Amino acid sequence: MSDPTGTAPAAAPTPTTPTIHPIPSGTRDVLPDEMRELRAITSRALEVFQRAGYGEVQTPALEYEETLARGDVRGAPPAYRLFDEQGRVLVLRSDMTVPIARLVATRFADAQPPLRLCYLAHAYRGVRPQRGQPREFLQAGIELVGAPAPQGTAEALTLLCDVLDAVGLADYRIGLGDVGLYQALLDGYGIDGAARERVLHELVTRDFVGLRREVEALGLDDAATDLLVRVPQLRGGPEVLSGLDGAAAEAAEGLRDVHALLEPRVAQRLIFDLGLVRELGYYTGAIFQVYDPALGVPLGGGGRYDELLGRFGRPLPAVGFALNAERLHIALAGEERGERVRNGDAS
Amino acid sequence: MSANGLTIAVPRGALFKQTLDLLDAIGVETGEVRANDRKLLFRDVGLVTMRPSDVPTYVEAGAADVGITGKDVLMEQSEREVYELLDLGYGTCTMVLASVAGDDPMEEARRRLGIMRIATKYPKIAARHFAATGRQAEMVEVKGSVELAPLTGLVDGIVDLTATGTTLRENGLVVREEIVTVTARLIANPVAHKLKAAAIDELLERVRAA
Repeated sequence: MSDPTGTAPAAAPTPTTPTIHPIPSGTRDVLPDEMRELRAITSRALEVFQRAGYGEVQTPALEYEETLARGDVRGAPPAYRLFDEQGRVLVLRSDMTVPIARLVATRFADAQPPLRLCYLAHAYRGVRPQRGQPREFLQAGIELVGAPAPQGTAEALTLLCDVLDAVGLADYRIGLGDVGLYQALLDGYGIDGAARERVLHELVTRDFVGLRREVEALGLDDAATDLLVRVPQLRGGPEVLSGLDGAAAEAAEGLRDVHALLEPRVAQRLIFDLGLVRELGYYTGAIFQVYDPALGVPLGGGGRYDELLGRFGRPLPAVGFALNAERLHIALAGEERGERVRNGDAS
Repeated sequence: MSANGLTIAVPRGALFKQTLDLLDAIGVETGEVRANDRKLLFRDVGLVTMRPSDVPTYVEAGAADVGITGKDVLMEQSEREVYELLDLGYGTCTMVLASVAGDDPMEEARRRLGIMRIATKYPKIAARHFAATGRQAEMVEVKGSVELAPLTGLVDGIVDLTATGTTLRENGLVVREEIVTVTARLIANPVAHKLKAAAIDELLERVRAA
């Protein structure tokens, strides 16, 4: 070898000019090497769900638009519509929670709650161009219907840890927040109408500079302004909850109740996040998001949706979560790579 | 020394020097960055340098934990999922609508043709401004010197960022409207914001105190 560093580039593959038959951007084929690893992850997830008493279900990828519209999926509305032969509008589901709410209300109308259901299914969302976002993604998740807070939430969080452990992730953390918390603070100060929308918009778009500007524009006293700016930036261990007082402490009651029910192995994975918001409109209480240091985006998430089933005619409190199978795979590969680097086995 | 093990995306260009001064002030060693024009990655001090419009890309993906870039970049890339943590107060510029001096060609185009042609590097900010003010405009996205476009008759006006207005004046352009004033912002990756909360909050404290 004439290359002393041993880094001579390999010859480029000989162009074979394959015939190009394009697939839509944001979709992809999965080939055997990847599929084997992906299947290992999803099998472990389903095994954990089923061992915990969650029965697997399947629903159609296509639903009537008017049916799913009951679910209020603000932020992730169905992106793909088509007409059937009678001219009715069909949509590709954008998540599994709303279809399962429909399923529970129609197939289990008389069943004694709680109901424990799980799924492994593709969902479909619109993509912004040039962002490499998937239109079609594989989710593994559960819905626990008829189990109110805090017990139901604690069961879901425990199962979430069980499945992430079983998949083989070592460093994951779960961000836990409450969609009602900040709303309760705004209620307490009587903030409503357009001003409230403006404040919430800054929070949802993760702009703390804008949040400060909009909160200061409310003309509240210094203590109230400070609270509304500071609280959504609080995140960390249980000390985040114990450090609150007054209205904020009251608003965080639900999070404390959940925390009190968790085993230490679950509790130690939690990051209490008082500014956590999620894009789906149907959440009502605790919400969570799964993080891993090997990936810059969440692996999945979930939360309570105590009013969704009611919109389908079977009012029951519920909680669920969904994990993105491809992201679990990326995080797992990332953790394994980090492990190899730490062991000095650079490759 | 690095900032608590955080990787910081540093913008080259107009915000570069003041950003390095800020980093010095909070105790991040920038000597090597200042001495190296070509090198991009400074692992020992946790700094990566790039053009400002790439900062949200790296931070959103988690390739950098936090970053500094202009509010103009964040407004133009408003779909990026990053936290905007702090207004750093420097790098003040104004996004303006400008056209050649004398009778405003944009006004004539709007009146007679119903639509104005506007050259810009910020098509989203510009389009939002025209939509908000009820006017029709066609965006012509250019990558290089925007000032050239109205002088050659390519467009009726431009939307561009200006600090002092000197370049506009030298090219015979006048500011017709001020759209928004922008400054440098500190942004964070949403996952790093949770997993490295203590390090990021400590960085925020040091920046606020600087």
